[in-house]
Amino acid sequence: MSIAVYIAVMAGVTYLIRMIPFTFFRKKIKSRFIRSFLHYIPYAVLSAMTFPAIFYSTDNFISAAVGTVAALALAYLGLPLIAVAGAASLGAFITLLITK
Amino acid sequence: MSSKFLRGMAHGLPIGLGYLSVSFGFGILAVRSGLSWFQAGMISLTNLTSAGQAAGVDIIAAAGTILEMVLVQLTINLRYSLMALSLSQKLDPKFTTGHRLLASYGITDEIFAVCSAQKELLSPAYMYGMILVATIGWVTGTLLGATAGAIVPARVSAALGILLYGMFIAIIVPPAKKDKSVLAVVIAAALFSLLFKYVFTAVSGGFAIIICAVCASALGAVFFPVKDEEEQS
Repeated sequence: MSIAVYIAVMAGVTYLIRMIPFTFFRKKIKSRFIRSFLHYIPYAVLSAMTFPAIFYSTDNFISAAVGTVAALALAYLGLPLIAVAGAASLGAFITLLITK
Repeated sequence: MSSKFLRGMAHGLPIGLGYLSVSFGFGILAVRSGLSWFQAGMISLTNLTSAGQAAGVDIIAAAGTILEMVLVQLTINLRYSLMALSLSQKLDPKFTTGHRLLASYGITDEIFAVCSAQKELLSPAYMYGMILVATIGWVTGTLLGATAGAIVPARVSAALGILLYGMFIAIIVPPAKKDKSVLAVVIAAALFSLLFKYVFTAVSGGFAIIICAVCASALGAVFFPVKDEEEQS
C-alpha cells in the first residue's frame, strides 16, 4: 500500500479526534461533577504520561532520575517551563558524562 | 500582528524548543523505518503528535492494515478529545466555527496544558500564535533528525529524550503545590500509570493513559468537586 495512504489515514483520524469535540460542543457544562472532572483531566493526563515513562526517557535509569529530581526541584521553585525542561536535560546529560 | 498573537507565540516558544528536540528523535526513527525525509516531515506537519506518529511509523514499517492504523491512532490520540472538550469550555466568543475547525488542528498535550493554565478566555489569535511556533519546531526538528540524526553524539540525543517530560513536570508541579486536590489527582494518576506499566502490561500505552486519567479525574471530581463558577470568578 502507498505510504501516502497511511499518512492520510493517520492525519485524518487524528484531526477528527480533535476537531469534533472542539467544534461541535457549544454548551456550557452545568454538571458540577463534569466540570470538576474536566478541571482535573489535564493534570491527570500529564502525570500518567510522565510517570513512570520519564525514568525510561534517557539511556539509563540513574541519569533519568537525576533529570527528574532537577525538574521537580526547579518546578517547585516556580521557574519557567524552558528552565525546568532544560535542567532535566542538563542533569541527565551531566550524569551520562560521569557514569559512562 | 495582534498582541494576542504575539503573546501566543511567546508562550509557544518553550513548546517549540521542546518539540524541536523531541521530533529530532522522531525524524531519526522514521528514516530508520524506511521513510524518506519528505514523508517524515509530512507526517509531523499533518499529525502534530508524538506517540501517535511513532506508533503510525511502526505500522507503516510492518505494512499493517488500514484498520489497525485507524484503531491505534484512535486509542493513542483519544485523550485529545477530552482536552478539546475541556478547552471548548473556555473559548472567547470570537471563536467561530471556522476558527474552531482551524485551531483544533493544534490541540496537543503541551498546547492544551498551557492554554488551560490561562486565566482569561482563549482567543483564536492566541492559539494560532502558539500553534505556529510549536508546529515550526515540530516539523523542523523532524527534518533535522531525518537528515542529520546520525551525526549527533549518543549522550546528547539520550539527554534530549527527557526534555518534554521535564516540561510536563513544569506544568503539573505549581498547581499541585498550591492546591492539595490537584496534588491528590496527580499522585493517583501516577500510581495507576505504574500499575499499567508493571502489572497490567497487556493494555496498550495510549489506552492505559486514558484509563489512568479518567479514573484519577473522576476520583478528584467525587472527593474534591470544584467550586461553582460564580464563586470561582
